[in-house]
Amino acid sequence: MPAFIARRLGLMVLTAFVLTFVVFFLTNLPPNLEKLARSEGSVRMSDEAVASWIVQNGHGGSVFSRYGQWLGVVPGWTATDDKGVARGRCFAAGSDPAAAPRFCGVLQGDWGHSTFFKKPVLPALAGMLGATGWLMLWVMIVMVPSALVIGVVSGMREGSRTDRVLSTFSIASTATPEYVSGVILVALLASPVTGLSPLLAEWGWIEGKTLFLGAASPDNISFWSFTLPVMTIALYGIGYIARMTRASMTEVMTAQYIRTARLKGVSFAQVVLRHALRNALIAPFTVIMLQFPWLLNGVVIVETLFNYKGFGWTLVQAAGNNDINLLLGCSVVAVFVVLVTQLVSDIGYVFLNPRIRLS
Amino acid sequence: MDTLSYTAILGRILAQFLPVWIALAATFALSFAFRRRLGLYGKLFDSPVGMIGFGIVMFWVFTALFADQIVTFDPYAQFSGMKNKPLGTVLKGAAEGQYSHFLLGGDHLARDVFSRMVMGARSVLSIAPPATLFAFMVGITLGVPAGYFGGRLDTTLSFIANLVLAFPVILLFYLLVTPEIRLTGIPVAMAAVLFLFPILFLTVLLNARFFTDPAKRNLYVGVVLLLGFWAYSGLAFNSDPLGVWRMDPNLLNVFVSVVFVNAPTVFRIVRGIVMDLKARDYVAAGQTRGEGPWYIMLWEILPNARGPLIVDFCLRIGYTTILLGTLGFFGLGVAPDSPDWGSTIDDGRKTLALFPHAAVAPAIALMSLVLGLNLLADGLREESLRD
Amino acid sequence: MADWDPSQPILEIDHLSISFFTRLREIPAVMDFSCTVMPGEAMGLVGESGCGKSTVALAVMRELGKTGRITGGSIRFKGRDLTTMGEEELRQIRGSEIAMIYQEPMASLNPAMKIGAQLAEVPMIHSGMGRAEAWRLARQIVADVRLPDPDRILNSYPHQLSGGQQQRIVIAMALMAKPALLILDEPTTALDVTVEAGIVDLVKDLAEKYGTSMLFISHNLGLVMDVCNRICVMYSGEAVETGNVAEVFDEMRHPYTQALFRSIPLPGADKNARPLISIPGNFPLPHERPQGCNFGPRCSYFQKGRCDAAEVPMVPVPGGDRHGTRCLRWDEIDWTAPPAARAVKEKAEIGPVVLRMEDLKKYYSVSGGAFGGGARKVVKANETLSFEAHEGETLAIVGESGCGKSTFAKVLMGLETATSGSIMLFDENVQSTPIQKRNTDTVSSVQMVFQNPFDTLNPSMTVGRQIIRALEIFKYGKTDAERQARMLELLDLVKLPRAFAERMPRQLSGGQKQRVGIARAFAGGAKVVVADEPVSALDVSVQAAVTDLLMDIQRENRTTLLFISHDLGIVRYLSDRVMVMYLGHVVEMGTTDQVFSPPYHPYTEALLSAVPIADTHVTRKRIVLEGDIPSAMNPPPGCPFQTRCRWKSQVPGGLCDREVPPVQVLEGGHQIKCHLSREVLEKMEPVIKIAAE
Ligand SMILES: Nc1ncnc2c1ncn2[C@@H]1O[C@H](COP(=O)(O)OP(=O)(O)O)[C@@H](O)[C@H]1O
Ligand code: SF4
Ligand code: SF4
Ligand SMILES: [Mg+2]
Repeated sequence: MPAFIARRLGLMVLTAFVLTFVVFFLTNLPPNLEKLARSEGSVRMSDEAVASWIVQNGHGGSVFSRYGQWLGVVPGWTATDDKGVARGRCFAAGSDPAAAPRFCGVLQGDWGHSTFFKKPVLPALAGMLGATGWLMLWVMIVMVPSALVIGVVSGMREGSRTDRVLSTFSIASTATPEYVSGVILVALLASPVTGLSPLLAEWGWIEGKTLFLGAASPDNISFWSFTLPVMTIALYGIGYIARMTRASMTEVMTAQYIRTARLKGVSFAQVVLRHALRNALIAPFTVIMLQFPWLLNGVVIVETLFNYKGFGWTLVQAAGNNDINLLLGCSVVAVFVVLVTQLVSDIGYVFLNPRIRLS
Repeated sequence: MDTLSYTAILGRILAQFLPVWIALAATFALSFAFRRRLGLYGKLFDSPVGMIGFGIVMFWVFTALFADQIVTFDPYAQFSGMKNKPLGTVLKGAAEGQYSHFLLGGDHLARDVFSRMVMGARSVLSIAPPATLFAFMVGITLGVPAGYFGGRLDTTLSFIANLVLAFPVILLFYLLVTPEIRLTGIPVAMAAVLFLFPILFLTVLLNARFFTDPAKRNLYVGVVLLLGFWAYSGLAFNSDPLGVWRMDPNLLNVFVSVVFVNAPTVFRIVRGIVMDLKARDYVAAGQTRGEGPWYIMLWEILPNARGPLIVDFCLRIGYTTILLGTLGFFGLGVAPDSPDWGSTIDDGRKTLALFPHAAVAPAIALMSLVLGLNLLADGLREESLRD
Repeated sequence: MADWDPSQPILEIDHLSISFFTRLREIPAVMDFSCTVMPGEAMGLVGESGCGKSTVALAVMRELGKTGRITGGSIRFKGRDLTTMGEEELRQIRGSEIAMIYQEPMASLNPAMKIGAQLAEVPMIHSGMGRAEAWRLARQIVADVRLPDPDRILNSYPHQLSGGQQQRIVIAMALMAKPALLILDEPTTALDVTVEAGIVDLVKDLAEKYGTSMLFISHNLGLVMDVCNRICVMYSGEAVETGNVAEVFDEMRHPYTQALFRSIPLPGADKNARPLISIPGNFPLPHERPQGCNFGPRCSYFQKGRCDAAEVPMVPVPGGDRHGTRCLRWDEIDWTAPPAARAVKEKAEIGPVVLRMEDLKKYYSVSGGAFGGGARKVVKANETLSFEAHEGETLAIVGESGCGKSTFAKVLMGLETATSGSIMLFDENVQSTPIQKRNTDTVSSVQMVFQNPFDTLNPSMTVGRQIIRALEIFKYGKTDAERQARMLELLDLVKLPRAFAERMPRQLSGGQKQRVGIARAFAGGAKVVVADEPVSALDVSVQAAVTDLLMDIQRENRTTLLFISHDLGIVRYLSDRVMVMYLGHVVEMGTTDQVFSPPYHPYTEALLSAVPIADTHVTRKRIVLEGDIPSAMNPPPGCPFQTRCRWKSQVPGGLCDREVPPVQVLEGGHQIKCHLSREVLEKMEPVIKIAAE
């Protein structure tokens, strides 16, 4: 087991290096740098000026060396610009290069400076991650239990009416990406002109113009502002996990050992709870874990749609404003989340499944 | 003339879809009559779920085909005074022969929402299925040998597939679908690699089967290579000498990215199925009579994997549709006035709280298509598992 | 259940009919089935697969799934009708009064629950026993089913046990509540013969100890004879003959029962002098049964206008012990007459040596742990294999699972290369030549027939296409037309209608698929054919036909047949020489007569004694082996068989534990790999004795 975890960890680190390098490479492509030069410098810069800006700001040289600097395993660049001011990766322009550390990369905790937020990437990102954390937490609380219940209930009696109703719901919800469900939910529940809200307002059942709020903010987490974003993300996941759980449950329910249990005289409820459930939940566990990367997508869409200033919103801003350091930071976080969930899913699978654990 | 009532709107929309209804009726009548002779496709008509799914999918397919007849207005045209107008609004000063109403209202640029939605079907359905098909070609061409040979090849390919899968899709799109990327030529390079796979696949397929009869083999492989590279030169490098095959750089960028995102999942599915099927006796029988590995992979194993692959193909078209919508939603890689559903939803959401119809119409369209594909896949799965 | 009188039947099935309702049609799986089990009786239910045995068993449990329904008749258990019983009442009977055991032991146990919990559950449900007490009872029953170290077993998960141990646990589970009736549906089919023998013994003893009645389902007549005192023969959803075992075996009164006995290889059968007689035709599908007698189209006593007129009722045979038959002509048939046409065949000449293996070794290196970590281990799949095979000869390779039979076949075919040693094929050394490097002639002259008929043909290619492909690969013929013609000839050769060329494999029955497999193997004029359990998955009546076909083609083409099998009956019937393998070693080799009579290798002796024989004139010495076959990953030191050998004490100085025994060559070239001295070997007694008729 430790050998297995060590191997997985090794693979994970390797993956992380490759992925961050790919992101670094893609964000630091020459056209991106030129765009950066024009937005930081001036739009009307000549091509030569752009080229020299790029070099003077440490974006020249081989991409490997720059990646190494960003990581913190290659000494940070230093240069002197046209005006004779000393510039470098590890110190503010004009200050003394000698006093600055030689290495300043991710490994040293320096994630660079965000041009969009006008402050270092790390603290900016940390705040945003906190905001998204709340959103994710509520999504998980809503999504996982309801999906498992739906899946188990519809899978335990395949073909029954309950099964048909719940399966139809699951299929419909997996067919509804976040940007569709978000739009429909807002139109139905958070629009002053359509859906329920005008009716409710007319009857005087609600105070404001709309039932739920069509926008959310991390500073004001309430039932009225969070319901729609959380539901929007959760809906897609519920359908997906419920379908996996149902498939797994129906398979288990037709297994011979379930028949054995029934023929031992175990009651239906006990068959489901004691014999089927554990076996049926092994497969969905993996699915739930691997759902995280997809949740990340949902988060980006929903935060954009509801203007919620969290991680996803930041990612969109970083990409839209060509904020290379911020985008790199976002990528590292995203990749890290994905890899950790994969690891947890692998280990959890082994733990849940005695057949693998004990062999 | 008055603003139309909801019933009237519904009636007029249904009437507008007339060519689709006729085509659907014909398809269903014919398929139902011959369903016992049509294999898996015929069995679909034994399953209500599958039939509903197939109906919805075909509805949109026919809509895409007959879009020119169905639309009431030019989907790009702007009409003064129609900005954000609600459903069923009369078009003031309609010219002779011009349609009289905006059935589903106008959007924020005073364009007809209904016509844009109909045209959107065409733009989505002309990308999603072919992109999925290419992803399958790539996934199959790599997944089959990985599953069959195992070992280092498998380890390497699986590692790469997992790398791609570890990227959150949106991040990948933000990195891969940008005007700057197009300047570097990366999409063309990716296309050059990805578009080779279908040619490679078909060549190996035919060679493995016909190498015992060189005359036939040379003919078939020759035709494939000729046609393949002709299309290849046009699609990947936009240099088809005859100018038949070409793809807009924007579109190429989107297309390639979608293929790139989908292929690893297909790879994993194919690999799993092959690992399961390669233990069968008929595979051993092939080996003991000295068949080459490619014949065994492509002619003995692959045909028996078709059930789950067809099911996944349907699901994956739906997923690709969602991805394309996501791209549109973030305004990546599409022309600003494109009628595709993702961008229309994005346009509409800015005025969502006050004028939801502009976003809701394409949203429902997209949802119904994906739902149809999911139901179809479910029906197919159910039927292929039976007997 | 106080009002039930123990002199009454415990189970009384009366005119039971069961149908499955599928979307297309109703499938009448069981029709008008009656049978009675008295307390303490063991009733055997035999018949070919698909005749409805399991359906009857499941109907008794009222477990027919969503599609199955009892359409007529009644099932009385201790006088109460089960067919009308409510769910809750049924639940109380299941597991406590009636228990069931079925084929796949691994699948019958919950993989995520400890054995102890699964066992203890039964008394906890049915008699409200406390947890601790239930575990104590479980421990006692586990000891009762003769499993070592019950405490460890109770705390393990199913996958940690071997197949034989799992089946013992399933039996223990069935016995937890001391049921009055035990239903066993092919309980040993998935197990090796030596393990099966142990289980059968156990079941018999326990049934006696607890006074349990049994309904024992099997396709194996010999096994039924070992276990049961009464038998019910089923054919196509009906009971065709029932009675006490000895009477039905010796004085059968139904043509199907008779045909069945004539088609199984009993001692005395011989491929040349007394060949088996297969039952012509195919088993009818439940919804395509003929008018009148179901067996009519295949019955040699069929009388037109009479047998196909109306449903045939079950009639009692006067003077019998509750003996009944479903045949109109039972009292007209001369049951003692020998079979009409037995085509006696000439013995084939044995030619020169075609294949010679010398000191062949095949080791695999596998990783130790489940996660790829851990030390690599060497699995010795084949250990110094040496033998010769001659032209026109049948060499049987006998052994249980894991003994290296299939590895040997793979090495010979060139799918794997040997670790060391040599394989001479027509004076050409092919030992280290993988199949891709062999020339077409070599490849086409060594071919294989596979075990599983459902797996041997590619399900998505027509039968004809698959044979033609083999011809293409073997470079037969110049044009497609030539190959097409040859393909049709091959279909003729295996006695299949030419129309089958256009069929898909799923439209063929198991036996027909196996014939196509044979045609494909002989497409390139194979000189050496490896048949890996070619008939073990087929029903007995089909087995005979396929075996005969194989023999005929062999005789004609003078092919060398390497016949891999675990079924000693069929091996004795058709082979010229036999090679017995255990854990990668050849433990005994000689002519069929040498191997089947003493002196034996201790393993062969046990194997012979384990195989049930459906003949009341045969007496077998019972030798039940302890434990299971060790894993090839972890073989015992010294003699591979020492963990289960009953002769070990006869070898002085614990030699068996330390040293791999040498091969002793006895007279006539009979080889035995054992430390036992000549004197001890000489003193061995025959396992099988046939009483004079
Ligand atoms: N669930 C089912 N649905 C339809 N047909 C079935 C089902 N179960 C069994 N049958 C049919 O009933 C017949 C008897 O089957 P079974 O009782 O399993 O036979 P056996 O145990 O003797 O091999 C077969 O023809 C089989 O195809
Ligand atoms: S009734 Fe006729 S066909 Fe049927 S078994 Fe008896 S003799 Fe044969
Ligand atoms: S060598 Fe010893 S243990 Fe092995 S079979 Fe002979 S007597 Fe038994
Ligand atoms: Mg059965």
